[in-house]
Amino acid sequence: MNIFNQTGQYFALLLKVFSKPERHSLYIRQTFNEIENLGIKSVGIVAVISIFMGGIMTLQVAYNMVNPLLPRTIIGLGNRDSLILEFSSTIMGLIMAGKIGSNITSEIGSMKVTEQIDSLEIMGVNSASYLILPKIIAVVLMFPLLYILSVFFGIIGGLIVGPAVGAVTITDYINGIQSSFNPYYVTFSLMKCLVFGFLISSISAFFGYTVEGGAFDVGTASTRAVVNTNIQILVWDLILTQLLL
Amino acid sequence: MIEIKNIYKSFENKDVLKNISKVFNQGETNLIIGRSGSGKTVLLKSIVGLHEIDKGQILYDNRDFTSMGQKLRKQLRQEMGMVFQGGALFDSLTVEENVRFPLDMFSELTSLEKQKQVDFCLDRVNITDANKLYPSEISGGMQKRVAIARSIVLNPKYLFCDEPNSGLDPETSMVIDELIHSITVDLQITTIINTHDMNSVMEIGDNILFISDGEMCWEGNRKEILYSENQKLQEFVFANKQYQRIRDDKINR
Repeated sequence: MNIFNQTGQYFALLLKVFSKPERHSLYIRQTFNEIENLGIKSVGIVAVISIFMGGIMTLQVAYNMVNPLLPRTIIGLGNRDSLILEFSSTIMGLIMAGKIGSNITSEIGSMKVTEQIDSLEIMGVNSASYLILPKIIAVVLMFPLLYILSVFFGIIGGLIVGPAVGAVTITDYINGIQSSFNPYYVTFSLMKCLVFGFLISSISAFFGYTVEGGAFDVGTASTRAVVNTNIQILVWDLILTQLLL
Repeated sequence: MIEIKNIYKSFENKDVLKNISKVFNQGETNLIIGRSGSGKTVLLKSIVGLHEIDKGQILYDNRDFTSMGQKLRKQLRQEMGMVFQGGALFDSLTVEENVRFPLDMFSELTSLEKQKQVDFCLDRVNITDANKLYPSEISGGMQKRVAIARSIVLNPKYLFCDEPNSGLDPETSMVIDELIHSITVDLQITTIINTHDMNSVMEIGDNILFISDGEMCWEGNRKEILYSENQKLQEFVFANKQYQRIRDDKINR
């Protein structure tokens, strides 16, 4: 019963979030702030994780290639397709649910327990829309860009690590990442990123907005937000892969 | 003027407010007093619409708030200002941006006019050199004063204060009380303050409602409060022996 109640509350909140803003200019300014806070400030962590992810993936593919008849270019190709199809979208989505999601939940949750949201309501501001809509727009816009950066850094990671440990030559790796490229994989993953961006921002905001109590409850809400977002990302990954690939 | 009629409010079958009626006058500091947990905050939040009441009527200058739709309520809320217990300033904005926020959201003033209004309000609450500081960088008393400045920046007709003195030292509490009282009189607004601070009651209590266990127990003003025969009120007021002595002195004279 609780899950139905919560789902109902989530959609009721979304209805409030997507109602007409009071002052467009303030919402636009807020959206740019969120793009910087949630998007631009995530570039560093995306780059670091992606470089390691690409490097490790390259090593894994290389060590599992026991058949000498297979061309070494497969290492680059395998790394590229894994990054494009799954790692830079889904795995990055799971990581961003932790980074961006917990940030959103704790920020909105703290505002709730310190009566800042009540304060907005008293002023006649639609607090749900003012606080959540810019975050959703920012994350949905930025997540595909972070995905592209992740693929880029992942490939660079493979290019650094593979030749450095002697798993693949630079030429083989570069030939690999250029061969049998299917552009639809990118389109498919970009579509996933839009969905994941929406899930991360809206679910996290929901848990923050509905928190009751104090600092301990904000912490609990953050954890619940990350867990629920991760589950939803995996469920929607499965659904979208089945529908679009 | 705000009038509440026969208000009832319950949470999960627990009655928190029971049949409360009262008229809060314009240009006066109206106080809701009572022990912690007596239902003061619930009453205040019900009056401003943060809690939906189960039964009763709330009238803002004869406009029925309870039967209003969301759109009309939002319009009416632009005539309200509220100072929350913890100040409720926006952490991510500076003092000046906090005060300016309602103007940015709702007024059609030019940037220069907004700045003048912000400066006027900050000056009114005696905040001079903290414009660019963040709420975490100023004291609790200053936060309350900034919250008051923000609540009056749109020239509200109604001002609500939830425990404005909580966590403040006696001297700062007195400054805040005097500030709220002078703003109320100068701007002729209807002010409702929630408090359990007897000093505030004796300083600025023009019109007082005492509630106990969610029920209306007594109403009057600061001159009458010491001489009331109401048992529950006496227990509340004379918990501080100082007021017992003040009453005894006055009676003996």
